[in-house]
Amino acid sequence: MPEGYLPIFLFMVVAILFPIVAIVAARLIRPGNPFATKLEAYECGIKAASDSRGRYTVRFYIIAILFVIFDVETVFLYPWAVRYKQLGWFGVTEVAVFLAILIVGYIWAFKKGALEWV
Amino acid sequence: MDVILFLLFAAIAVACGVNLVVQKHPIASALSLVGVMGSLAVLYLLLGAEFIAAAQVIVYAGAIMVLFLFVIMLLNAGGEPKTPGKSRMAGLLGIPLMAVLLGLLSYLVQRALPKPAGVTFGAFTGGKPYDVGKAIFTEYMLPFEITSVLILIAILGAIVLARKEID
Repeated sequence: MPEGYLPIFLFMVVAILFPIVAIVAARLIRPGNPFATKLEAYECGIKAASDSRGRYTVRFYIIAILFVIFDVETVFLYPWAVRYKQLGWFGVTEVAVFLAILIVGYIWAFKKGALEWV
Repeated sequence: MDVILFLLFAAIAVACGVNLVVQKHPIASALSLVGVMGSLAVLYLLLGAEFIAAAQVIVYAGAIMVLFLFVIMLLNAGGEPKTPGKSRMAGLLGIPLMAVLLGLLSYLVQRALPKPAGVTFGAFTGGKPYDVGKAIFTEYMLPFEITSVLILIAILGAIVLARKEID
């Protein structure tokens, strides 16, 4: 493994263990006395209109897929940014061509109203 | 150390993959896929591909899995209904036959293909974003530019397919 990844690894271990320890500890400590009234809305709370596991609107999907697309685009820009000075104007031109093609798609999506929350 | 980590994360990847198939609820399956993607990122890191490992976590374990979850919620896929007439023969014969198939396949692959030069951990060091930048922007310039066309097609496809409902 390349050097310098121990802190990230330790961070990952803590992140995985934290919820497990919290949930197990809570289960061990708390008194267990479940009854139906506990699951109802409390005092002046609003009664649930429907199940939360309903169907989501397709707009979330458009936002998610556009996010994936622009995420991939950004991943390509990162190595360029790191090596910006060595690549010089050659790199700038390359990225300009890359972005020009994508910005056409972006403008089209914008004109189509895909980014609006209808 | 590298071999131990490799075996650990390879085992986690396989376990998450099996869990993905076994789970009845699609959201639980999607979460096990996050586990597969995460352990694959560690495997890339072990091979020295640092940038690819980070991209794997950001794009696959992050963005693509969010997309998968949205699709599951969009379709409102609930728990799988229990099938009553499950054939017992399927499990009884299927698992040994699958083992035979895998054994046969690995034997044939070993025989037919030339012996690969084994992988040594730490042999490859050109995986930093700095080195990847050099490779992408000089050697693989044309594939990089063509990728933008691919992404453009993805934008068009997504909007054409999904907008139909709203317009």
